[in-house]
Amino acid sequence: MSDGKKKAKAVDAAVAVPGGASGAAAQGPGDNLAPVAPEGRTLINVRQGQFGAQGDTSGYDGLMRFVYMPDAAQRPYGSWFDEVVEVLEELLGDQADAAIEAVIVDRGELTLHVARAHLLEVCRHLRDDQDLRFEMCLGVSGVHYPADAGRELHAVYPMQSVTHNRRLRVEVSTPDDDRHIPSITPIYPMNNWHERETWDFFGIVFDGHPSLSRIEMPDDWVGHPQRKDYPLGGIPVEYKGAEIPSPDMRRQYR
Amino acid sequence: MTTESTSPYATAGLGQDDDGTAPEFTVFGEDWSDVADEATRLGEQRLVFNMGPQHPSTHGVLRVMLEVEGETVTECRAGVGYLHTGIEKNMEFRTWTQGVTFCTRMDYVASMANEAVYCMGVEKLLGITDDIPERANVLRVLMQELTRIGSHLVAIGTGGNELGATTVMTTAFIGREETFKVIEHITGLRTNNTYIRPGGVIMDAPDDSVEMIRAMIPKVKQRLDELALLQLENPIFKGRLQGVAKLDLAACMALGITGPMLRSAGLPYDLRKAEPYSGYETYDFQVPTSTDADAYSRVVLRLEECYESLKIVAQCVDRLEQTAGQPVMVADRKIAWPAQLSIGSDGQGNSFEHIRHIMGESMEALIHHFKLVTEGFPVPAGQAYAAVENPKGLLGCHVVSDGGAKPWRAHFRDPGFNNLQALSMLTQGGQVADVVVAIASIDLVLGGVDR
Repeated sequence: MSDGKKKAKAVDAAVAVPGGASGAAAQGPGDNLAPVAPEGRTLINVRQGQFGAQGDTSGYDGLMRFVYMPDAAQRPYGSWFDEVVEVLEELLGDQADAAIEAVIVDRGELTLHVARAHLLEVCRHLRDDQDLRFEMCLGVSGVHYPADAGRELHAVYPMQSVTHNRRLRVEVSTPDDDRHIPSITPIYPMNNWHERETWDFFGIVFDGHPSLSRIEMPDDWVGHPQRKDYPLGGIPVEYKGAEIPSPDMRRQYR
Repeated sequence: MTTESTSPYATAGLGQDDDGTAPEFTVFGEDWSDVADEATRLGEQRLVFNMGPQHPSTHGVLRVMLEVEGETVTECRAGVGYLHTGIEKNMEFRTWTQGVTFCTRMDYVASMANEAVYCMGVEKLLGITDDIPERANVLRVLMQELTRIGSHLVAIGTGGNELGATTVMTTAFIGREETFKVIEHITGLRTNNTYIRPGGVIMDAPDDSVEMIRAMIPKVKQRLDELALLQLENPIFKGRLQGVAKLDLAACMALGITGPMLRSAGLPYDLRKAEPYSGYETYDFQVPTSTDADAYSRVVLRLEECYESLKIVAQCVDRLEQTAGQPVMVADRKIAWPAQLSIGSDGQGNSFEHIRHIMGESMEALIHHFKLVTEGFPVPAGQAYAAVENPKGLLGCHVVSDGGAKPWRAHFRDPGFNNLQALSMLTQGGQVADVVVAIASIDLVLGGVDR
């Protein structure tokens, strides 16, 4: 099968192809197929065929699915979520719409997508307001979504309120070609090493961090290993006449 | 040997005299007095030196960079990463079930908590949190409490050893060995068990485990009593630990400290109470706290927590008796591991009945087994966060799925990693000898810190 003959199909019903996507999806695999994700919705991955890497012999090579994070939630969110979002919106005032890009409620967890320009302000309110009081930030977990054009790198901050015994997630995205997020260490000093770790593994630059240096990898390491485009290394090995590809080139279920 | 050199792998100086003129000494073993003499001769008061990463009292491979003036630490920085093994990256290339094998090796002293938090994250993604059978939850609690005792005993024992009290270490390790015997009897392995799996636990406890655990409890209690008698009123022990490595509540909150360190500052924050999981709300136990906020109070708290854990273990045993014969894996056959393990003539493996069934009776069962073991099960797209109270503090797990059979991302918030940030605050302005006490009182395991 040549690439030109393949018909890309969006099989995931949840992938109600948003504006302009159906046109894009008609191209062959390998082109930039990612439709523009709707506001606040993360395109996790574009799954092609049955297997990871190339060499799908299952006959479903042309299969193509756009996998999204759950959709933004509508009010009422349920539980204590409404109260927290309302308090936060009130504190942010006319900045609220710009700061909170989306509110997602999924699996009993509240996720706030926050614009990076407003991250510090949101964090300050989350920590200081007596009705919010998220005193602890449980670090920052980077996630790389290469298919999510313009929002490839995400920084996920789980916030823990000891006072109210609540936990929410603040998620900030940044484009890969301008990977800067303000450091929240002035507000949450505990995030110092966590931000160093995320810089180390994903290359997200946390502006304003007191000393953003590598922490897990050696100081002279090149590259950021947890990124999806980071090569695993290894070379094809010949064994008894057959060639075994390097780990990231192997056919595997994904 | 004390030598002056300009070795190529010398760390660049911390201060302003980094012009290559500062004398550098390479010291092994007993030569410390030579350095002191030489420093006296040169009139140097300020020393910058490197402790670790292969130092016996750094609990693994922790590198501590110290700047001292006389006996006072003026600056202390921790360098980590020497045990980074890419566990989180590796997990992205294995099935959700295989991930347990990796994450159990993070904090290898409390491996069951790693397994539990990861499986709870996966179960949240799958939406089966409430479907985990009761017996599986009892076994999970039992295992976590046994490793909690083991981990605290290691913390107390190695801490004592570093102060020169070998008996503390041997006593603690003998007590830990008793918990290991039970863990090995139930899971087949002493540590790195891969026992807790998404959906439940991999196999049921053997019938005689109930008696075995009942026999274990007094033995461990005896060792805990011995440790308390050995240490808590010992004037040397008190002199070394009381008032040392202080970190008050405000500093704890600023640095995100959790676990015994936070509770020693007076906040009774324990996820088993605050946010109960695996049925912890149904167990009767206390959360000991202190307000002394020093290294001594942390040792006391760890000892007290061991007694509380033994109480939970005793309750688990009663529940194991009540739930005998009940399933230990979720009922959904699309998720549950297809085989029960058992001990055969050639060691541990798939149970004979299962092998007979898939090899001799049912082609479909064989296909099902094969697909589930090689491909794994798909997990609906999304992200979830799970947290448990591991012996060191809040252990968090952030898992992201793209709807496939392998994690898109798995990230662990190890309490040791976070708590180690406090090392500078604990040691600066104190004595050099107290650095060791401070490291021991944080109770970190570098496997968890570096992952």
